[in-house]
This record gives sequence, structure tokens and C-alpha cells, in this order.
Amino acid sequence: MSSQPNARRQVYLDHSATTPVRPEVLAAMLPYFAGKFGNASSVHSWGYEAREAINDAREKVASLIEAAPNEILFTSGGTESDNLAIRGVARARKSKGNHLITSQIEHHAVLHTFEALQKEGFDVTFVPCDKYGLIDPDGVRKAIRKDTILISVMHGQNEVGTIEPVKEIGAIAREHGVLFHTDAVQSVGKVPINVNDMNIDLLTLSSHKIYGPKGVGALYVKRGVRLTPQLTGGAHERRMRAGTENVPGIVGFGEACRLAKAELPEESRRLTKLRDKLIEGILRQIPDVILNGHPVLRLPHNVNVSIKYLEGESILLNLDRMGVAASSGSACTSGSLEPSHVLLAMGLTHETAHGSLRFALGMSNTEEDIDYVLEVLPPIVEKLRAMSPIGPGSGL
Amino acid sequence: MSIDSSLVYMDNSSTTRPFPEVNEAMNSVYARQFGNPSSLHSMGYEAEKLVSKARKSVANLLGVGEDRIFFTSGGTEANNWAIFGSLRSAGSKYNHVIASAVEHPSVLAVMEYLKQIGYRVSLAPVDREGRVDPAQVLSLVGEDTCVVSVMLVQNEVGTVQPCAEIGAGLAQLGPRRPRFHVDAVQGFARIDIDVERWGIDLLSISSHKIHGPKGIGALYIRKGVRMHPLILGGGQEQGLRSGTENVPGIAGFGVACDIWAKISGEARRKMYGLRKRLMGGVRAVFPDAVLNGPEVENAAPHIVNFSFPGFRGETILHALEKRKVFVSTGSACSSRKSKPSPVILALGKTEEEALSAIRFSMSPYTAVEDVDNTVSALEDALKELAPWRRKLT
Repeated sequence: MSSQPNARRQVYLDHSATTPVRPEVLAAMLPYFAGKFGNASSVHSWGYEAREAINDAREKVASLIEAAPNEILFTSGGTESDNLAIRGVARARKSKGNHLITSQIEHHAVLHTFEALQKEGFDVTFVPCDKYGLIDPDGVRKAIRKDTILISVMHGQNEVGTIEPVKEIGAIAREHGVLFHTDAVQSVGKVPINVNDMNIDLLTLSSHKIYGPKGVGALYVKRGVRLTPQLTGGAHERRMRAGTENVPGIVGFGEACRLAKAELPEESRRLTKLRDKLIEGILRQIPDVILNGHPVLRLPHNVNVSIKYLEGESILLNLDRMGVAASSGSACTSGSLEPSHVLLAMGLTHETAHGSLRFALGMSNTEEDIDYVLEVLPPIVEKLRAMSPIGPGSGL
Repeated sequence: MSIDSSLVYMDNSSTTRPFPEVNEAMNSVYARQFGNPSSLHSMGYEAEKLVSKARKSVANLLGVGEDRIFFTSGGTEANNWAIFGSLRSAGSKYNHVIASAVEHPSVLAVMEYLKQIGYRVSLAPVDREGRVDPAQVLSLVGEDTCVVSVMLVQNEVGTVQPCAEIGAGLAQLGPRRPRFHVDAVQGFARIDIDVERWGIDLLSISSHKIHGPKGIGALYIRKGVRMHPLILGGGQEQGLRSGTENVPGIAGFGVACDIWAKISGEARRKMYGLRKRLMGGVRAVFPDAVLNGPEVENAAPHIVNFSFPGFRGETILHALEKRKVFVSTGSACSSRKSKPSPVILALGKTEEEALSAIRFSMSPYTAVEDVDNTVSALEDALKELAPWRRKLT
């Protein structure tokens, strides 16, 4: 890339924003773009072939989270799944109650949906987190009322990587007869998930975060849980989600899930090692840096640090010139100048929150990548701090 | 299955085979340009560039400004959004919606749902050819009408609806007029659309019906039309449609539009010619065949629908399939139930006629031989089935 004259290496460390499609996944998809292009609703063999491919993928997705295939609904992605889960339950259970619970540190696909429901007249409690971004199950328990119908707390926090105690929260929800949804977009394929053991009623998955294609996701809906569909039309996806199925996308997603399950234990260990090496190196080599998120209850691929006295964006730009792709938080909001709502909820000041960097590791990353980042990042920070009007002496 | 020359795919209104150029473009995106367009690094910018290039291609084929194209997961989402989004932004005094009686299930199901939750819904009837009467549609408009939704091309019988006349009529109603939504999924690229002149406020299109990938579509929203988003989150698509952009799908959609921009004139002429040939052939082998939809005038180039009284559509479909010809009995979205098509019934046809309907739908790939093979397969199939033909009284 011409804007990166000094890059000696291309290091993609933004796997929480999106991942490349694995060659095996693309290979699985290709036949469905070319010869096997049928509409899964057609009653001729082209249609049956597409339908079988979807059923096969459904089994693979279900298997990754230990669900039954008929508990998986395919959608256009994680955002749609979150919207469908929350709105779908709120509408279907409106007669049972008017109160919803979520956390302050959810992805915007969850937060904005709850805010919209608030405007429509629902009561929503946004429970806080501690300084590590951890949600206290007891806090959730205390928020439950007689008219609570849904709790939604994410599994792996997308910015700071904290793994939330969803099993405990799920147990509390079940004890009170409240449905429990978790956005597991960032944790699926990275940490083991068993929807039954973890007391989960609805769970959001996304394909493009686990080396599958963009434009496809899924919602796990526990058998017996009723939802009001948000897209209506044909009889697709058990009438819960209309629209001609994205067959190649679904096939790719299935294959990505199969591979993720097979490789999970080993890849998770490998990423954890790289993660800890990067965290340790940054904390050792750069002064005035804090680690955001929980030190132990943490996604194996997430590193999030605040580099004090600097703007995350300017570091990102300099890293990009050196061939390193990272982010300052959630990709979905990275264009905005607002500091991360997650870091603010964890108690960081605006200034510290502005200096945050997220490195999200993935399949392609090696020890050499980490060494390279640890080589190029400290001089960038030093150079920027030398130019920065704010600093340790300015009282900030 | 794979496409070989012996297979005749005449079900292009269900879905189409992507153009090879579409697949090539997408493969390169999957493998190399995999960034998230929202990311603040080179991979992100590159992805964002792909999305805006494709947006231009789609806008260009539709003849609108590129900032008016909002990508969705497909035609169904675009249709749902057009109607639900309009109602949510319009306020409670707008309690009425109008659609034609022969809309696609993704519009009719929304109407059904709206009826259940207390909206007033008017469905405009159609004539024997499946066409609504613009004057009748306009006569349904009241003070509280929020949306008028009429499709461009009827998906089962191929009728081109008088969208220009409806749009012109609505435009005369002044500033408080209802907004005009056109489901152009079956018409886009295959017949002319003049979004501006026809006064269209919202228009739905789908990629996989025009040899682009599945899982992607778009809603055109006229400048100044206020819309509520249906899917909330990261604020992509100018805040109106959240969710990480399906970059390869969008890129593929763009390439398909670029190709249509070049071939559409010739492709349409060719398909009209094939349509005539197919109709002549069907009538020659089965003189009792009843055409559903228009003969020539107001007919889309790619759809032919005939009833074969005395037979079941499904039986003919499978007999044709045995002969490597692939058709459908109606909309793929409802083809898994063997009820008479409500669309054919709405044309005033008998239940017998509705149950014996077969839709043949073509594409620029369809060749003269495909049509001839279809006709001879049909002749053969009907001969085989003749002993089971029911006598009609």
C-alpha cells in the first residue's frame, strides 16, 4: 500500500472488527455461487440442493454452541440478530410485562435497540459494570422486577475483552422466569459455549468475526421461546425471518463454525499466549499505560490499553503507516469522536478513554507480528507524546 | 447440480445464476479486501471504497443519486423497511396503508401484520391481466394514508403495473400526500424505471434476481423522505441501516448492475422475442393453455405464466424436471405449500386454473434452444400425464 512506505510487515490486529474469509470457507462457498445457485424455497432439485446445504450448515452452527439445529435462525448478521432477539421478545411478551434489563457496556446493536424500546414506552434498566468491565450478577438480580421480561448481557465484551458471567446471570434469569439473551459475537469460536449449561435462551452469532463471510449471522432461540418476527414475508426460517436465504453465505458460515469448533482449544491457548506477550510488552516498554478490561477473565484475542496523554486515532494512523491495522474501540463507532461508552462506564476519564487502542488477534498472527508491534509502537508513542500539548506535567 | 448445456433453467424469477464477473469480483474481496468499512486503517478505507463504488453502480442503473441507495440484506428487508420505516416516522395520525392485492408476500405479510395490530389496510384489486387501476388506487387514498405500495412487475405473472400513473396521481395530492413505495425486485434492470418522473419515494431492489449474489439488496429513499431505521446499531448507511456492510455482496451487486447497464437494451429485446416464441410453442402443444398475465402490452420481458387445466402445476413441474427443465408453480417464497396461488385467483381465474399454473422465467442467459427444449419437454410431459388429466365440467 502506497501510504505505508516504512511498513516492513503487514500485521492485521483488528480481528474484532472483521476477519478474512478462510480459504477452506471460501472453497465451501464457491460451488453455491456458480452451479448450485438455486433458491432454497424452490420445489425442484436446484431448490432441494440449496435447502440441504442450509440444513447442513445449520447443524454445524448449532454444534458450535451445543444447540439443536432447529434452534438456529439465520439472519443477515450480528446486528440483525441482536435487534430480532430484543425486539422480538419485547413484542411477543409485552402482555407479560414492560421491564427490560441490559448493561451499560453492550454493543450499539443492543444498546440502541433498547433505547428505541424505551422511547416506545418500555422501562429499561442499564446495569453498570466495575472498573474491569465486569457485570455483577447480583446487580442484575437486584434489577429484576415482577414485570421484567428480558435480560440481555453480552458474553465477551467487544472493546475490552472482559468475559461476563453469563452462566450466573442466566441462572438468575431462569430462577425468575425471565428470558435471557446474550450477544456472543466476540466470544463464539474463541471460548467454549454451551447454551444449555449456560442457561441461555437467545444467543447472537456473527459469521464474519470467525473467518466466515460478511452478511450472515444467526440467532439461537431455545426451543419453546416465542419471538415476534421483525422481517415478514415468505415462510423462510420457520416464519421467524423472511427473505431468500443467502445460501453461499450460510454455507460459509457453517464451515467457519465447524473449523472454529475443531480448532478452538488449541487456537485459544495460542492466542492467549500472544495476547499476554503483547500486553506485557506494552506495559513494560511504554510508561503511563493502563490495561483496560479484566486481566484474567478476558477473551483470548483481546488487548485494550489506554496510552495516556494521546489520542488513539493519531496512534492508529501512525501504526497504519507502519503496516499495523488496529482500532481505537468498536469499529462501528470508530468514525465518531465520542469516547467509548464502555470505557466511560468502567470509570475512565474522557482523556484516558480517548487514548485507547484495541489490538484484536487472530489466526494469521504470529510471535513475529507481536515483536514487530512492540518494536514500532513505543517510538510512535514517544514521538507523539513529544508533540502533545498535554502530558504528565500539564496535570491531566 | 451444475449448469451444463442439457439443463434448462427457466426459474429466473426465483433466483439467478450470478454473472461470472460477479463471482470473480467477490472472490478477490473475500480473499484480500476483507476490511470492515468502519475501520480507521487502510484495510477499512479500501473496503469503504469498494462499497461506494458499488453504490455508484447501483445508483447509476437506477438513475438516482448514489447517496440515496441504502444497502439491505435483500428485497424482503427493503420491502419491510419501506413500510414499517414509513409508519414509524409518520406519527400516529397516519393509520392507513394501501397496496395492490397481488404484491409479493414480503409486502402482503406486512399488510396482514399491520391489520392485526390495528392499522387500516386497503388492497386494490387487479383486472384479468393482473393490473391495478391507477384511478382506483388513488380513490382509496385518505387523509390518514401513510404509504401506497405497488410493485413494478408482478412476480408470478409478469404484469407491469402503472407505477408512472399512480405516482403522477399521488403527486397532485400536494405536500401531505402519502408516500409511494415501489417493490421493483422483479422489474429492476429488466424494464425501464424513471424514479424521479414517476414520483417514487421508496423503491426496493434485490441483487440475486439480476445475477448478483444472494443476501444483498437495497432501498432507494428519495431525498427529503424521513425514514426510521428498522435495524439499529453501529449507524452504518447514514445511520439508517446498521450492521457491518456485506462488502463482497455489495461489490458483487455493483458488478451485476454495471453489466446490466451495458446489456439491458439487447437483453430485453432478446427476452421479449423468446417470450413470444415460448408462448407460441406452449399454445401449439397444448391449445387449452390459459395465459395468466398480459399478452404483450404491459408484460415484463422475462415472465410467462400459463395454466394447464386438468393437471396439477406441481405434477407438471416434476415431469418437466425429469426432462431437465426447471420451472416453478408460482412465487418461490410460497411454492412449498400446494395451495392455489392467491395471485392467480386475484386475476379472477378459477381455482382449477390457479392450481395448474406454471411460471416460466427467463434471463439474458436463456437461449432459443432453451425455449425450444422447454416446449418439447412440455409436450412430452403432458403426453405422459394425459391419462391422468381430469375432465373438467
